[in-house]
Amino acid sequence: MRTLTAKRPASVGAYLLVAAGLSWLALVILLPLAAVFIQALAKGSEAALSALKEPDAISAVKLTLLVAAICVPLNAVFGLAAAWSVAKFDFKGKGLFLTLIDLPFSISPVVSGLVWVLLFGANGWFGSFLEHNHIKIVFALPGLVLATLLVTLPFTARELIPLMQDQGSDEETAAVTLGAGGWTTFFSVTLPNVKWALLYGVLLSNARAMGEFGAVSVVSGHIRGLTNTLPLHVEVLYNEYDFVGAFATASLLAGLALITLILKTGLEWRYAGELSASRRH
Amino acid sequence: MADAKTRRRRWREPSVLPGFGPAFGFTLFYLCLIVLIPLAALIARPWEHGFGGFWHAVSNPRVLAALKVSFGVSLLAAAANVVTGLIVTWVLVRYDFPGRRLADAIVDLPFALPTAVAGIALTAIYAPTGWVGGLLAPLGIKVAYTPVGIWIAMVFVGLPFVVRSVQPVLQDFDAEVEEAALTLGASSAQRWRGVILPALLPALLTGFTLAFARAVGEYGSVIFIAGNMPFKSEIAPLLIITKLEQFDYAGAAAIGVLMLAMSFVALLAINAIQLFLVRRGAPA
Repeated sequence: MRTLTAKRPASVGAYLLVAAGLSWLALVILLPLAAVFIQALAKGSEAALSALKEPDAISAVKLTLLVAAICVPLNAVFGLAAAWSVAKFDFKGKGLFLTLIDLPFSISPVVSGLVWVLLFGANGWFGSFLEHNHIKIVFALPGLVLATLLVTLPFTARELIPLMQDQGSDEETAAVTLGAGGWTTFFSVTLPNVKWALLYGVLLSNARAMGEFGAVSVVSGHIRGLTNTLPLHVEVLYNEYDFVGAFATASLLAGLALITLILKTGLEWRYAGELSASRRH
Repeated sequence: MADAKTRRRRWREPSVLPGFGPAFGFTLFYLCLIVLIPLAALIARPWEHGFGGFWHAVSNPRVLAALKVSFGVSLLAAAANVVTGLIVTWVLVRYDFPGRRLADAIVDLPFALPTAVAGIALTAIYAPTGWVGGLLAPLGIKVAYTPVGIWIAMVFVGLPFVVRSVQPVLQDFDAEVEEAALTLGASSAQRWRGVILPALLPALLTGFTLAFARAVGEYGSVIFIAGNMPFKSEIAPLLIITKLEQFDYAGAAAIGVLMLAMSFVALLAINAIQLFLVRRGAPA
């Protein structure tokens, strides 16, 4: 089958259409991005930098990095295990299994936080047990980690499953019949085949883990210097009318988003064939 | 005969590859721990005062107003995304211009930008003193702190869903179908109505669904620009948080369950339309 190739706009109508599409992208996407950096520098770079040197800002950075450092590797291991069982084996109920993996995408972030409060909050299922044993989950690090694990759950699995299904299991079968063990097969056959897709998934789940707001907002309790991640710190500063501080902190997160986007686009261009089909441009 | 029976009873096809047990077991365990048990806690919670308690929580006028805002504005935002997303995708796929790959890459920015950052940035732009809000204020148009502001935030988060759903279908569109329509003398409008739109319809619907589902649950990018006035610009996810702060767990869970159920029904309905379109012969 032949497809039409892109051509230079040739008529006035075509130019207008291209201009309309690009103006919409500029208005909807570029303008907010520019606003973050420009607002951060509204009172000069000194003011912006000093907002980032506040102890509360530094502890927010540390907490964000810690949550991501716990969640992203777990998410990657889950993605690999899920993809190994779904893509290399045939079993009944696979459709349901895949739906369960995708489920967190269709849950509101606020609900993703709410469920942990219902389990571990003061009036939750295990609330009195936890209080009795002096274990804190909600309004503490474990709650932030659990909420982040829920919202990021599908990210790596979603990248690996379609790719590994395309690749099939012929290479692994060959390795195993030639006498390679399970782990040897995994590390020297499967992993090299999916490494760029794995990196792609890790990149996306990391961006979400560091930037998640709704779910962690519910479980954090907003304790300054203790349970505020970077996005929550942005909210606190904004609600205190410290706009330079809020936008300076926000520009850190916007920078993270830009780096994610650049790396992601780079992977799509450079290793298109080694990503799942929907990621090839 | 006996052989066929054992084959039917087996739920997993045999394979020489090792590791199904541990991998599947770990995946299922992780899913139960992180998704299924928490969701069970959500679904079980609103009924502690019976169905009456649930009904009392969700039939409150303020809750109904918030649900109306959440679902109504999400529909309008997803509809706007279908139209503008189609134009953007068409431009990105069919025309070659300087900066095309860059334009294509920035479409994904709403996926990568943390929602709180988008929220405060949009508020700064559309507030009466902002770049765009300042232009509209003399005309008597208020955007920030009204449902229009909510709509803008939802359009921002939803745009990439439509573009990324339609793009692969448009890229793989068979040139011969379109050229046949052209050589048979179809006008531009006829080609759109008769050839291009029917082929893109399932993908547009998928994009609409994804954008709608995301907008309904959206919190971070909406609350800053919404103004959060009860009965006017308060969204359902915010009410969940308000209820939690009052330690009304059952009430919060009731709204959460209702939102899940409504999204689920909406998704089922759209899937049914999708299936109908595919059966009628349009490519999926």
